Amino acid sequence: MSISKDEVRHVAKLARLELSEEEIEKFSNQLSQILEHAARVQELDLENLEPLTHAVDRRNVFRSDEVKECLSREEALSNAPEREGEFFKIPPIV
Amino acid sequence: MSLEKLLKEKGYEAVIGLEIHTELQTNSKMFCGCPARVFGLEPNTAVCPICLGLPGTLPVPNQKAVEWTVKIALALNCKINEFSQFHRKNYFYPDMPKNYQISQYDYPIGVNGYLEIETSKGQKRIRIHRVHLEEDTGKLVHVGRTGRISEAEYSLIDFNRAGVPLVEIVTEADIETPEEAKVFMQTLRSVLLTLEVSDCNMEEGSLRCDANVSIRPKGSTSFGTKTEIKNLNSFRALEKGLEYEIKRQLETVLSGKKVVQETRHWDDANKRTVTLRTKEEAHDYRYFPEPDMVPMEISTQIVEKIRSELPELPFEKKKRFIREYSIKEKDAGILVSDKEMAEFFEEAARLSNNPQAVANIILSELLYHLNESDVWFSDIRITPKHISDLVNLLESGKISSKIAKEVFAEAFKTGKNPEEIVRERGLEQISDDTMLESIIYEVLNENPQAVKDFKEGKKQAIGFLVGQVMKKTQGKANPQMVNEKILEILSNN
Ligand SMILES: [Zn+2]
Repeated sequence: MSISKDEVRHVAKLARLELSEEEIEKFSNQLSQILEHAARVQELDLENLEPLTHAVDRRNVFRSDEVKECLSREEALSNAPEREGEFFKIPPIV
Repeated sequence: MSLEKLLKEKGYEAVIGLEIHTELQTNSKMFCGCPARVFGLEPNTAVCPICLGLPGTLPVPNQKAVEWTVKIALALNCKINEFSQFHRKNYFYPDMPKNYQISQYDYPIGVNGYLEIETSKGQKRIRIHRVHLEEDTGKLVHVGRTGRISEAEYSLIDFNRAGVPLVEIVTEADIETPEEAKVFMQTLRSVLLTLEVSDCNMEEGSLRCDANVSIRPKGSTSFGTKTEIKNLNSFRALEKGLEYEIKRQLETVLSGKKVVQETRHWDDANKRTVTLRTKEEAHDYRYFPEPDMVPMEISTQIVEKIRSELPELPFEKKKRFIREYSIKEKDAGILVSDKEMAEFFEEAARLSNNPQAVANIILSELLYHLNESDVWFSDIRITPKHISDLVNLLESGKISSKIAKEVFAEAFKTGKNPEEIVRERGLEQISDDTMLESIIYEVLNENPQAVKDFKEGKKQAIGFLVGQVMKKTQGKANPQMVNEKILEILSNN
């Protein structure tokens, strides 16, 4: 199990990370090692086991359809790096 | 040339699949207690730490939204997955504060359903691939010289809509024409309105539609390269957008070029589709199970309980209308396409002994006046009782059909009872034979040329004479009766 440099580039792009060539090389090796380690689990006989996606063995946790109090606009916007009037302000997207 | 003819001539066919989003009108949002009906609210006033994605918060699914999604899936004849869960759909676009949208992936709530539609070519079954539940995104405003995203200097965000329950319905690629796509949307809308889960207001964005389109040589079993069209958010836009795109693809292929797999945007103002992004830039969403929420198990008991509570759906209502009221199939199809119209018809039909005549008046006069005055059934003054009274007046021969139109217009405008209108304005049909005959003799004497023409074999001259009598009686005569009487008089002289 190995992760090619191109795969590292792709994942980095999706995560909006800018990596140098050395870093790509380094992460390609490190990620491959991690995956190789995890791959050892596959040596076990897991034939009749469902994939485990949650550590808690519970189902159907719901809330009833009731309106609760919201934040005030001032509170909502208080952490925003930038705002304009009633809105969150962000840099151009494309 | 019509698109249909053009495709036929060139030996091609279109393949269309739709992806529809509808906002649920629950009280609260999908995963938090903020109000879900946010249209028109002041920006960023219906938000909380959960829907703003602040660190340390935990989403908890709204039970009603889950039940309503089951309800929609059942109405669309889907199988309900016993095991279902939420996934994170990861992407970098600032319409969600979390950088992911909570959606569903390989375990959607409903799968493998269908919806029957009624097109000009007859009945057709469109298969439903899946029905799943997710959260809506926030709204962006792009600020710049043009308001276009590509030329924006910066953007503003209102997160009120972020987290509103959103149901996604995906069809199989069973749709062959823009008309079918439009009818599917209309039928689906009337189902959703009947279920009372969404107001389906397309202008306000609570019902939205995207389409996947490709073309292929007729009869081929493989698919051509498809494009995804966004922003088909009115019935008209859906039909026009698909027509444009199919034509564009056909021209591309016929000129020897290849259709590029891409996402295109329907530009409603300029009536064309434009490239939004190509496949190279396509998203890789890296779905993974939402760790903050445990899976759902929807038991057979719950499914059967929801199924037993389903209201009568338009398709079933149509069958019942045909059975109970013996009206034309086509009329029944139109009547049930709108919940308010179906209710109005049924109330009037129950009061009348001629439901077909009731249907005729609703589908011609009433729809015409509704369109003209841009209102709908809940806003009108004319009542179902008025319609059945009007039918009685017509049936009993008290008024002519020409006068009926006039009476209708007045009843529509004023909300007055048709019988009262007829009485007040003296519109009753002339049923007195002697009176009618004397008017006919008058007309015959005044129009010797027409009489001569008729006797010389120009049978169409009688139409002119009938018209003259109708004019003299201000429409209060029965044209059929006048016709017969004139024939009788002329053939005896
Ligand atoms: Zn909230």
